[in-house]
Amino acid sequence: MLRLPRFDIAEPRTVREAVQLLVDHAPDVTLIAGGTDLLPNMKHRLLEPKLVVALGGIDELGALRVESDGALVIGAMNSLDAVAASDDVKRRAPALAEATAQISSPQLRRSGTLGGNVMLDTRCRWYNQSRFWRKSLGYCLKKDGTVCHVVPGGRKCVAAASNDSVPALTTLGARLVFEGQAGRREIPIEELWKSDGVFNKHVAPNEILVEVRVPPQHHGHRGAYRKLRDRAAIDFPQLGVAVRLDLAASGEVEDADVVLVALQARPIRVKGVADVLSGKKACTSAFDGGVASVADHAFRQCHPMANIPGDPDYRRDMVPVLVRQALSAAARPDAPAIGVRARA
Amino acid sequence: MLHPYLDPEEALVRHDPPIHEQSKHGNVSKKVKLEFGDVDAALSDADVVVEGDYAFHGTTHTAIEPHCAVARYDADGVLTVWSATQITHYLHRALARVLELPESQIRVIQPCLGGAFGGKSDPFSLEFCVAKLAMLTGRPVKMLWTREEVFYAHRGRHPMQMHYRTAAKKDGRVLGVDAKILIDGGSYSSYGLVTTYYSGQLLTGPYDFPSYRFDSTRVFTNKPPCGPKRGHGSVQPRFAFEVQLDTLAEKLDIDPIEIRRINYQGASTETVNGQRITSSGLRQCLDAVEQASGWKERRGRLPFGHGLGVAASMYITGTNYPIYPNEMPQAGIQLKLDRSGLVTVFTGGNDIGQGSSSVVRSIVAEELGLDPASVRVFAADTDLCPVDLGAYSSRVTFMVGNATIDACRKVKEKLVEAVAAEWQVAPDRVLMSLGEVIDVNDVDHRMSTRDAIRIAEARFDTLGATGSYNTPKLGGNYRDGSIGASPAYSFTAHVVELAVDAETGRIDIRKVWVAHDCGRALNPVLVAGQMEGSVYMGLAEALMEEHGVDDKGLHRGPSLLDYRIPTSLDTPEIQSLIVESVDPEGPYGAKEAGEGPLHPVLPAISNAVFDAVGIRLTKLPLSPARVLAALRERSAKQEQGQVQVALPGAE
Repeated sequence: MLRLPRFDIAEPRTVREAVQLLVDHAPDVTLIAGGTDLLPNMKHRLLEPKLVVALGGIDELGALRVESDGALVIGAMNSLDAVAASDDVKRRAPALAEATAQISSPQLRRSGTLGGNVMLDTRCRWYNQSRFWRKSLGYCLKKDGTVCHVVPGGRKCVAAASNDSVPALTTLGARLVFEGQAGRREIPIEELWKSDGVFNKHVAPNEILVEVRVPPQHHGHRGAYRKLRDRAAIDFPQLGVAVRLDLAASGEVEDADVVLVALQARPIRVKGVADVLSGKKACTSAFDGGVASVADHAFRQCHPMANIPGDPDYRRDMVPVLVRQALSAAARPDAPAIGVRARA
Repeated sequence: MLHPYLDPEEALVRHDPPIHEQSKHGNVSKKVKLEFGDVDAALSDADVVVEGDYAFHGTTHTAIEPHCAVARYDADGVLTVWSATQITHYLHRALARVLELPESQIRVIQPCLGGAFGGKSDPFSLEFCVAKLAMLTGRPVKMLWTREEVFYAHRGRHPMQMHYRTAAKKDGRVLGVDAKILIDGGSYSSYGLVTTYYSGQLLTGPYDFPSYRFDSTRVFTNKPPCGPKRGHGSVQPRFAFEVQLDTLAEKLDIDPIEIRRINYQGASTETVNGQRITSSGLRQCLDAVEQASGWKERRGRLPFGHGLGVAASMYITGTNYPIYPNEMPQAGIQLKLDRSGLVTVFTGGNDIGQGSSSVVRSIVAEELGLDPASVRVFAADTDLCPVDLGAYSSRVTFMVGNATIDACRKVKEKLVEAVAAEWQVAPDRVLMSLGEVIDVNDVDHRMSTRDAIRIAEARFDTLGATGSYNTPKLGGNYRDGSIGASPAYSFTAHVVELAVDAETGRIDIRKVWVAHDCGRALNPVLVAGQMEGSVYMGLAEALMEEHGVDDKGLHRGPSLLDYRIPTSLDTPEIQSLIVESVDPEGPYGAKEAGEGPLHPVLPAISNAVFDAVGIRLTKLPLSPARVLAALRERSAKQEQGQVQVALPGAE
C-alpha cells in the first residue's frame, strides 16, 4: 500500500496566518487546497513537506460573486464542481464552466478547487510515478535527477502544464490575485507562466493564490473548451483547447482568442487568431474558412512531445481538430450566450 | 550488464545467455504443435484462402483489491494464512512444499475478496513471505501490495502474434485452419504450459473444422510474467479467427451471421481435436443477437461511420486436467445438519465475487426443499472444508454444483426414509418443499423440515453427508489431449453497434448484444452480471488497455491513472440474452458464464469497424491513433484508385 510520508498539518483561519506559516516553515512547507493532486504526489514522494497548510478553513477564499461592473470574482477555494455548476460562471465564462466540468470525476471535482487547478504542478510520464519507478532510470530533471527522458540531452524540463481551467481563464483575460509577505498583487494570468517544467510559475514561495478575477466580457461573448483524453472522466488532458469569440450584434467576429494546454510547460496562445477571424460572420463559409486557417496555424505552432501519456503524433493531429471543434461550437447560435446580453 | 529481452521474436532466436539458466530450450518456455486432419490438402482444395497477421498486446486483470496476505503462527505449530487467493488448495499445497511443513500443519483461508479474474491463481511471493516471517517472529504478519506491485506481479493476458490461414469452399464451408502463434510469456512460467495448449486447443468450436493445425510457442522475456486471465489463452486466437471468418464472409459475399451458421458444428458432437461437445446453444445465440440488434433490417443500411459486427465463441466449463495429476475428486462438499433445522455446507470452492457460495446455498435449498435462510455456507478454509481445486477455468458452478447435489441427495435419502417410516408410507410419497415435508397422497399430512431432521437424527445418529465430483475421462487420444478437454462447453454470440469518428479515429461503442448459452441459469442475475462484466472487460481490452513496457523495459505506467480502464461513462448499454441449452451433465443443466462471454466482443468490434468505415483492424488495441492511420492509408489508396469506394452503408 502506498503511504503518505509523515507531516504536520496547520489549519489557519486567515490568508495572513497562512502566509506567515509559509514564511516560518520555508522551505519544507506546502499548501493543500482540495488535495486531489497533492496527496498522490506526496505518496509518490514528489514532495515531502514537513508541514502542510490547509486552506479549507479560510472563509475569504470561498467567495464567488459578480461585481457591479460585471466582473466575476472566484475565490481560490471554490470547488471545481461549484465553478462548473455556477449560473454566473456558465453565463459569463462558458468556456471556464465547460473546462471545470471536464476535470477528473464528480468526486474529485467536489474536492478539487479552482485555485488548485490553476496552481497545479506540471505533469510528465517520467515524473508522476512512484519513487521506486523513477529511481530505475536515475530520476529526471524535474525531481532528484539531472537528465531528461523526454528530450534526450535536454537541459530544460518539458513537463506539461495540465490545468484544464487555464486556457479558458486565459482567453477570458483573467487576473490572479496573490497575497504574500509583501502584501497583495494582481497579475494577468499570462504573466504567471514561465517555460520551465520544474516549476512553471512566477510566484514567490510565500504567496497564496487568493482569487481569480474574470473581467466583464464583450456583450457578444462566446466561449468553449474541448479536451482530448482517452476516457470521458478521470484523465488529465492530453490536449486542451479553449476559445473565445466576441461577436457583434451582426454576428461578425470582433475579437477572438485560442489557447491550448497540455503541450509544454506553459499554455500556448495560437498566434494571429483575431486577425484571421475578425470581420467574418459566424456560421458562414467565410468564417469556416477562417477557422480552418486558425486550425492550420495551431497545427504548425504546436509540437506535442512524449511528455505525457498519448502518442505525440496523434496529439498533434488532434490540435487542428479540437481547435476547429471548439471554434465551431462557440460560434453556433445555440452556444451558451453571456448573461449581460440578456440583461441589456 | 545482461541483455534485456523485450521482444519475443528476438527472445525466440537469441539466448546468450537465456533468461533462465537452467533452461534446455533457450528462451522457449513451451512449444506445442498439433495437427488434426490434412491441412495442406485443405489449403490446396480451397476455393478461397484468407490469410492474415493478428496481434494482441497484453492486458492485466485490474482487480480492485490488490493482493494481500496475513499469516499467524501459533504456539502449537499451526500456520494460518489468510490470502486474497482464488485457489486456496494450490496455495496450501505450495506453502507446504516451499516451507517444508506438513500440509496438516497449515491452514489457508480465503476471506471475501475484491476480484481476481485469474490474477490470483498463482501462489505469490507475499504469501510465502508472510508465512515465513510469522514463523520466524511468532507475530502476525501482513503484506498488502501496492497497485504498482500488482502490475509487476501481473500474470495477465499474454501478448500474442498470430498468423492464420483459413481455407474454405465457395459456399462458405471452412475446410481447414492453420495457425502459427508466438506467445510473449514474460519472465516466468505461471500456467504458461496450459496457455500454450489453450491458444490452439480451444479454437475447435463452435465451428466444424475438418482439418486444423496450430504451432504455438511461448517464450520468456524480461517483462512482468503473463498467466491466466478471464478466457485463458483463447481470447487472442478467438480475435484472430473471428476476424478471419468475417473477412471470409466479405470475400464470398455471405452475411457474417450466416457464415457462422454454415460452419456451426451443432450439439452432441466431437471436435476435430477430439473434444466431446454435449449441449450447444450457439444457433439460438446467433438468432437472439440477430433479432435483438435488428441485424437483418439494419446491417448495411446504417450511414457511413456506423456499423454492426458479429462474432461467436466457445469456452470450457472446467477442465479435467488438474494442475497436479491425481485420482481424487476435483470438488468435494460436506453437509452437516442437526435438530436446529440449520443445514451447514462446507465447500472448498472459492467465492471470488462471482457468487459461487450463493449458488451452493441455492442448490442445497432446492434439493432439500428449504428456505435459503436455513442454509449457511462456509467456503475456502482448508481446515473446515473438503478439497476443491478452486476458482479457475469456469469450473465452480459445474463441479461444485454437482458435488453439492451429490451430497444433498445422500442426506435427503435418509430424511425421506426416516419420515416415511414415521408416517408408515412408501418413501416415494415423501416430498420436501419450502421448508416442509409433505405426503403427496395426503397433502394435509406434513411436518416441518426441522422436525424431519429431528426424526432422522434420532433414527440414524448424527446427520451429515459428503459429495464429490470428478470429470469423466475426456480428451483426445494423444499426448496431453486432455488439456482443454471440458465436461461441457459454453457458447456465445455478440453483435456490436458502433460509430467511428473519421476525424479523431475514436470508436464509440453504442450497444452490445450478448447472447450466452450457460446451459441453465441457476441465478439469472448472476449470469447476466457475468455477461455484462465480460463485455466490459473485453471492450476495455479491445479499445483502451495496454499492459506493456517501454524500450528500456520500464513499465509504461503501473497505476490506474496511466493504465486506463473504461469508466461508467465509457461503457455502452449491454443487453444480455441468456440462452439455456440444458446440459446433460451440468447441475440442473448449468454450464459456465464467467469467461465465455468475454471472447467475441474484441473481434465483433473489429468487424463492426469494417462495416462502419471499411477498414480491417487486426492489431489490438484499436486506439484512435491506429484507427486514424488505417483510415488515412485507405484514403491514400483510394486516391490512387487502388480500392473501390463503394462501402457497405456508404452514402
